[in-house]
Amino acid sequence: MIKKIILPILLGSSIASASEVVFYSTQANPLKEADAMRNDVLINFDGEVKFLPQEAGPFFSRIEAESRAGSVTLGVLGALHGQFPQIQDSLDSIDDVLGSVPEIKSNKTMSELGKLGSQNQKYIPWMQATYIMAANKKALPYLPAGADVNALTYDELAVWAANLKEATGDAKLGFPAGEKGLMHRFLQGYLYPSFTHSVVTDFRGDDAKAMWAWFRDLWQDVNPRSTAYSLMQEPLLTEEVWVAFDHTARLKDAFDQRPDDFIAFPAPSAKAGRGFMPVIAGLAIPAGTPDRAASVELIKYLSQPEVQVKTLKATGFYPIANVELPADLPANVRIAGKAISMQANAADALPSMLPVGLGDMSGQFSKAYKDTFQQIVLRNADIDQILDRQAMVLKTIMVSANAPCWAPDKPSDGVCPVN
Amino acid sequence: MNIKSYPYILIAPSILFLLAFFVYPFIEVFSQAFTTSNGEITLKNFDTIFNDFNFLPSLKNTLLLALVVVPVQLCMAIGMSLMISKMKKGRDTVLYIWTIPLGISDLAAGIIWLALLDQNGFLNSFLFSVGIIDGPESWLNYNNPVAIFAAIVFAEIWRATAILLVILVSGIGLIPKEYYEAAEIFGANAWVRLWKVTLPLLRPSLQTALILRTLLAFEVFAVVMILGGTNMPVLMGEAFNWAFSYRDAGAAAAYAVVILGLSVAFTLFYLKVLHVPKEAQI
Repeated sequence: MIKKIILPILLGSSIASASEVVFYSTQANPLKEADAMRNDVLINFDGEVKFLPQEAGPFFSRIEAESRAGSVTLGVLGALHGQFPQIQDSLDSIDDVLGSVPEIKSNKTMSELGKLGSQNQKYIPWMQATYIMAANKKALPYLPAGADVNALTYDELAVWAANLKEATGDAKLGFPAGEKGLMHRFLQGYLYPSFTHSVVTDFRGDDAKAMWAWFRDLWQDVNPRSTAYSLMQEPLLTEEVWVAFDHTARLKDAFDQRPDDFIAFPAPSAKAGRGFMPVIAGLAIPAGTPDRAASVELIKYLSQPEVQVKTLKATGFYPIANVELPADLPANVRIAGKAISMQANAADALPSMLPVGLGDMSGQFSKAYKDTFQQIVLRNADIDQILDRQAMVLKTIMVSANAPCWAPDKPSDGVCPVN
Repeated sequence: MNIKSYPYILIAPSILFLLAFFVYPFIEVFSQAFTTSNGEITLKNFDTIFNDFNFLPSLKNTLLLALVVVPVQLCMAIGMSLMISKMKKGRDTVLYIWTIPLGISDLAAGIIWLALLDQNGFLNSFLFSVGIIDGPESWLNYNNPVAIFAAIVFAEIWRATAILLVILVSGIGLIPKEYYEAAEIFGANAWVRLWKVTLPLLRPSLQTALILRTLLAFEVFAVVMILGGTNMPVLMGEAFNWAFSYRDAGAAAAYAVVILGLSVAFTLFYLKVLHVPKEAQI
């Protein structure tokens, strides 16, 4: 026990001994989750594994540096779908591994995403999550008349936010628009699809213009501290906000700490449908890894249904494998799980895929949306002008990445067009 | 071993250290700023950052911060060092206490000030408990750029005045007493002595202190990130974002070159304005 868990943590060393698989991950980075990964999830792996979670920036730098220097020490890489394209050139093709994890392979949509738009499998889907809404139960009496919280529209959300502000004197709706918040995913996977049935192609269409005007109006009733929020569970727990949108893993603490005070519900819908975006984390093997067979074993181990359930308990990310969830799950899974399935199975559900094929332009793709949001909503700039300008930026990104369209945009011949 | 080579041997480690960790990365960054990822020479990286929404605001914020923070700190540091130099007892204790903030990392300093000024922070609780406000007020938000700016200025002054202070204290210690005695004989009062004796003779120290502090002001990052976040872009923060969030090392390098250009310009300015001819040095 001491040798396997405590020593590596104490030493914090990243030099792998011969038989040890270094599992380098941007996920399960918070101390508590990392501990749970080591003590509950990886403990039964038949072999030595060192779990090293890391922030995204240094994560990329190290992989790039090792790959350029030609001395790779890492065994398995765990990261988000949106993060892999940036290190795509350093990844080994692992079509053979996909064949040996039938539980994962049977989920066709997701294992296809693992090709990152190329011919070969680049990562094996590991776990998934999505973004939902959460509300303090105190906010429920202020819902507009006739609105069903589980089938909300964006217009009803706006009325709700206005009601809350009028009743409490404070803006109680919050978004994660801070430095490390995931606001861009709300724009790409929720707002744009719901209003325009598009993410890229109709970036500056009339629907998009109306959407931004609407969103700017809504923002009057949004807590102004939103530009400092990264994880919405914090302002929910302090009750600075009562209604919030965020990643399920970033709402987890609120549900776990006060399960009786909070509810989860699907994201709202607008005229094009109820846009929502899955989040997928995957496992990859860096090209030139010291012990590929051991890395493959670790991926196979993490793909087992019972280990996927343990991972869910540790990180709040749901299994990719089709598993029956046991009854003894933590509160956040019980609360969020229901909302997730309602969101995915709603009659007007409009799944929006994660960006594919952007390579290392992924960061700038998200920046394009964040900048548009900042200029239009926060700095009150002219909508037409900003959308025209940002459409050019988006076009440049799509062309230099040579990326085709992904859902909900219609499939394209070649580069995804920006109208 | 030849005794003449001792000094060179003794400074060699620090020179090697600087070559490896300063000069080499500097050359790398410089060349990265002017090349594409394929190695062609280009100004595209500068084009990218100049056309970005955040470039002008970040340049403006950085310069404004330096222009507000540095003069205030300079006046405070001169005042504090004069007080210290007049102290007979407890001088070291006071100096230690005043330099405590220097020992705190700027990230930690930002967190301390956020804990004070935050919506649920100490300042709010205090104002609430004495009945000045009715509930927690959030000051540090994007509707309130002046408040964010003021908070950052406050935190920076608190954190980094001591850098100027320690340099000026040692500078004042170097001024010979005879000058003051002579000035007093001619009837100069304390104010005249400050302007005619202390400040002119302090010029070399002022120069060092100002260069050091201004360069650090251009590199302000962690405090701004904590207190201002995306609401208050600064050059260093943008360089960080381009490097790590947007994954464009060329653009980040271009930001670094802009910061370097500013630093060189201000250093030359101070060198010229506060120049002391060799024959006038003490």
